[in-house]
Amino acid sequence: MSELSVNHLLGIKYITEADIQLIFETADHFKEVINRPIKKVPSLRDITIANLFFENSTRTRLSFELAEKRLSADVVNFSAASSSVKKGETLVDTVNNILSMKVDMVVMRHPNPGAGVFLSKHINASIVNAGDGAHEHPTQALLDSYSIRERLGDVAGKNVVIVGDILHSRVALSNIFALQKLGANVKVCGPKTLMPKYIEKLGVTFEPNLVNALNWCDVANMLRVQNERMDISYFPSTREYTQQFGVNKKILASLDKEIVLMHPGPINRGVEITSDVADSKQAIILDQVENGVAVRMAVLYLLASKIKQYEN
Amino acid sequence: MSQKVLLNATEIHIALHRLACQLIENHDNFENTVLIGIQPRGIFLAERLKGLLVSEYKIKKVQLGKLDITFYRDDFRRSGTPLEANKTHIDFVVENKKVVLIDDVLYTGRSIRSALTAIQSFGRPDEIELLTLIDRRFSRHLPIQPDYRGRQVDAIGDEKVKVCWTENEGEDAVYLVNSD
Repeated sequence: MSELSVNHLLGIKYITEADIQLIFETADHFKEVINRPIKKVPSLRDITIANLFFENSTRTRLSFELAEKRLSADVVNFSAASSSVKKGETLVDTVNNILSMKVDMVVMRHPNPGAGVFLSKHINASIVNAGDGAHEHPTQALLDSYSIRERLGDVAGKNVVIVGDILHSRVALSNIFALQKLGANVKVCGPKTLMPKYIEKLGVTFEPNLVNALNWCDVANMLRVQNERMDISYFPSTREYTQQFGVNKKILASLDKEIVLMHPGPINRGVEITSDVADSKQAIILDQVENGVAVRMAVLYLLASKIKQYEN
Repeated sequence: MSQKVLLNATEIHIALHRLACQLIENHDNFENTVLIGIQPRGIFLAERLKGLLVSEYKIKKVQLGKLDITFYRDDFRRSGTPLEANKTHIDFVVENKKVVLIDDVLYTGRSIRSALTAIQSFGRPDEIELLTLIDRRFSRHLPIQPDYRGRQVDAIGDEKVKVCWTENEGEDAVYLVNSD
């Protein structure tokens, strides 16, 4: 197997375990590339990629842009805040206009769930979903699993707990799909109000107690409390959230083993994770960021290899 | 499919010793020289040569790297079969070093062109030489010639040159494979 089964990366739901393994193996090579004195390969020099961000992002956008540049692709950036979307242009029109400028691939973040899937049916370009509403964020899940694999050797058989706002989190959903496809056991933990009603239908268990969850797991993925997505109050106060679901040194010391801590960023220091824990050796938060570039290079490279313009 | 032996184990043995001696003539004690085997098939030859230099010719230190050229190839998105990458392992900087690129068969020269680009990611070498066990004449697409060659062969059209090593195929031999 050396080719992806899909032409777009719209979500982890749509790809196979073999796809994920291929992405990981390719990312291994790119991780070596980005640690060279000259961190660039010419593979995508005849590919143009548009980064369409209809929603704010720093890390993901920067990570994608770096990945694209390290592959020598031409990159155009677009952010909704300063564009004609404000004038009422539809998504398909916006993207088709950009594609008429001969763009081969689109990396898109959009506030509406399913925006990527919708677009893939209407336009002729390879699409990478960089987050669509509360639906999926596939590259984040891939880099999370990749980081677990790097730290623990394998994902299969590992116990992973995702803590926090599962309801509003595309990271959680993509992570659940990815971890399960790779054979890990997944639990979710957090306030009951932030749990999707049918979460257990996905084959994950809900654990309301943080200490129990941490005692069970090998890896804890601490999600950010997404204040901007909460139009109503899901918990009484941030302080109460921290008391019940925040990880600190004391809790970690009370566990009988050393667990690995992850965070997709940006961290609310002192809310879901204390500063000293976030900066400790147990936390692989910065490894996740580094791996993000390698994993995104792998995704872009593998999808680009399916665009065969030169075939006779 | 028929195949003909181009080099048997003894002939390969002799060629390897000659190549090792030629390398020593030009690179003395390898102080400022590094060997780079090109993935996937050049690394066997590179490792053999390093082994000979160290054990038979008592060169104290020979630096050897493995270079994968997949991401530098010029047929990305053009060939029917997807390209599969291999591991690159170069734990030294090639800046101001003499580099000897090593591959088993020199055919069109395109792999070497890719390797010349790839090696620049590790610094600016002082000079680059090319060593191949088999040099296929009359088949070059690019103006690239080896500095050291084990054997020059004339192979045409659909014929393939296959180099086997004890390490992975169980024998040392070079075959000319005819596809019809």
